[in-house]
Amino acid sequence: MAELTVKKDKRESFIQEIGLPTVIIAAFYIVVLIAALLLKLSLPVLISDTLRRFGMNGLLVLAMVPSIKSGTGPNFALPIGIVCGLLAVVCGIEFGLTGFGLLAFSSISAILISVITGYLYGKLLNAVKGAEMTIATYTGFSAVSLMSLVWLMVPFTNKKMGWLIGSGLRETIQLDAVGADGIINDLLAFERFGIKVPTGLLAVFFAFCIMMWLFFRTKTGIAIIAGGVNPNFAAASGISIDKNRIIANIISTVLAALGIILYSQSYGYIQLYSAPLNMAFPAVAAVLIGGATASRASVSNAIIGVFLFQGMLTTALPVANELFTGTDLSEIMRMIVQNGIILYALTQVRGGAK
Amino acid sequence: MKNSRNMFKISDKSLITDNLVPIIFILFTLFGFAVAKGVPFSFFLSDLSSRFYRNAFLVLSLIIPVIAGLGLNFGIVVGAMSAQIALVIVRYYYIEGLSGMLLCFVIATPIAALFGFLTGKLFNKTRGQEMIASLIVGFFANGIYQFLFLFVVGVIIPVPDTHPMIKTDGVGIRMSVDMGTLKYSLETVCEVPFMWAVLVTSAVLLAYYLIIRFAGKETPRDSSSNKKFIAKCAVLAFLIIFSIISIVTNNSLMTVKKVPVVTILLIAALCFFIHLLLKTKLGQDFRSVGQNQHIAQSNGIDVDKTRIIAVIISTVLAAWGQLIYLQNMGTLNTYGAHNQIGMFSVAALLVGGASVSKATVGQALAGTLLFNSMFIMSPEIGQALFGQAILGEYFRTFMVYAVIGLALGLYVWNANRKSKVTL
Repeated sequence: MAELTVKKDKRESFIQEIGLPTVIIAAFYIVVLIAALLLKLSLPVLISDTLRRFGMNGLLVLAMVPSIKSGTGPNFALPIGIVCGLLAVVCGIEFGLTGFGLLAFSSISAILISVITGYLYGKLLNAVKGAEMTIATYTGFSAVSLMSLVWLMVPFTNKKMGWLIGSGLRETIQLDAVGADGIINDLLAFERFGIKVPTGLLAVFFAFCIMMWLFFRTKTGIAIIAGGVNPNFAAASGISIDKNRIIANIISTVLAALGIILYSQSYGYIQLYSAPLNMAFPAVAAVLIGGATASRASVSNAIIGVFLFQGMLTTALPVANELFTGTDLSEIMRMIVQNGIILYALTQVRGGAK
Repeated sequence: MKNSRNMFKISDKSLITDNLVPIIFILFTLFGFAVAKGVPFSFFLSDLSSRFYRNAFLVLSLIIPVIAGLGLNFGIVVGAMSAQIALVIVRYYYIEGLSGMLLCFVIATPIAALFGFLTGKLFNKTRGQEMIASLIVGFFANGIYQFLFLFVVGVIIPVPDTHPMIKTDGVGIRMSVDMGTLKYSLETVCEVPFMWAVLVTSAVLLAYYLIIRFAGKETPRDSSSNKKFIAKCAVLAFLIIFSIISIVTNNSLMTVKKVPVVTILLIAALCFFIHLLLKTKLGQDFRSVGQNQHIAQSNGIDVDKTRIIAVIISTVLAAWGQLIYLQNMGTLNTYGAHNQIGMFSVAALLVGGASVSKATVGQALAGTLLFNSMFIMSPEIGQALFGQAILGEYFRTFMVYAVIGLALGLYVWNANRKSKVTL
């Protein structure tokens, strides 16, 4: 029913449909771009960076879509999937794999691990209906700090990952030592007008977007959406909501695991320990900037959101440095924009007073 | 023994499940003492007591929002930031000593009240999601705080770059600010040796209980209250004898850090204040809003206003708590001192056995003690069992997050189960 009314006024409430955050951030992005032009910053470099960071963060943002659609809200427990992905890569390096072999092995094992954790996480979310976001956040934090213990205690011996003395893994592991630095980025990459296009990276991201889009046109996908839009109605029509919520969160966790592999190879480093702790928040903010709400999201929201958010941050960094040397104004801006957007979205949640 | 077994049998299961988190922490600390043999008890007490003076006020500031149904207010970091703004202002004008500290309290109060008001407004808009909103508010406010101290100070407000607090390029506050004689300004007013403090407090409490017992008008004399009374007196008598012995023999316990009387009095005053507040009309309003907003509304209580007042009180108290904390630390870590406050205080309160909807002064105090015991013992256990203290540090970070996650999860799970039963 809700969908019908939405469809009806789609044309009329165009701005409303795009969403206030999207409009504001887009306007701000344009202002920053103009400032960059006025400061005579190299536009090709900015665009290249934007494209790279767009692809790099894409999958992590896409992971928000299934969980929001299923009604569990943005996946604040993204770090769970992320540590699964990191674990897979670290194991791959320990087995002596390099290059594409390493990425293939870690992707496959990351999927296996994250399906299991995603299942358990989905079970947990079903037990705590109504407070998913808070509990997801702390589950994610717990997972990261638990894995910190694992990184420290794991008996791996590969010299590329360990400290010079003592046991445990390093905080950052360089991927060029195992021949996996940016190899997906460089696949079919080309340069036109000084703009470097990371074809492989973008292709992988868009492939996942299309798969996600197709998935939500299958029977299971539609059932998940129905459960998210109106749980009572969906349950009455015989849909197992709890099962669908678990499926959606498994997909979300798997995407997070694959997302961090894609992210790391583009970044050139694997970051362990507390690095994944706050990775969920930029991803949540990005999908919200793309026009999603805590209960409604689409693939296009993720694509638009990650482009605007990362584009704005990439452009704002050199602009801010040029204008005010010495202060990291763009990092401050990221904190304010990112958390402001999440707060705005929270005010839009139709919450019941007890 | 037999009786206590019977008593246990009745509520055996619920007693353990209701107090799962505190029990885990007690066992963990005891385990720490068993494993880490190198920890002298006097060192442990010194560390624990000074952590208690530092943190208790902050943990207590969480109680009112819990009772008013707002859940655990991670947004007390906003209060902590107000305290730090006040401190920076006072330090900027080189105001020293106890009067400088008092001025910090005076300046921090309106700032914290304003921020508390805004946070409360926001919580009214994010009804049902207050806890995640309060967490994100902390992050958001941190951005504004950094903007203020790294950019506005220097670029918009001109400051001399020769000031020891300002970075050398004249823009922004330094990473760490020396607190001058504001350091320990509350503590040095009056300090008492630890065992003497134990002796005096126990003696006063014992006298108080005895007077209430025998001079009081009508006390219920059933067996359970009798037993409680005897147990209390026995513990206090033991403490008195124990402290006299250690004072006379001057054993290692006499090396425990001295008790800062003013801090303790402030904490006691806050406990008393919360106790009194809950008996007033406003306190009753907090309770009824916490229980059911619709019923409270229909009883003529302005729910939104009551909730905002609860948040303002909590934020102002947190600002004061942060000032107590900072004067004990001695240096202000400008961009880091406030970040963990919300998380740690919430974890401490939960460890004391509080939940999202129920919290008492006793739970806050017990939680502060238990939580900090774990915090002290964790690196020791890591060192003793694995030869790595850092392992214990990661472990205690895990415990902070896990305790909050577990306590919230169990609470919601129980609530959902109960609502299914009634349906």
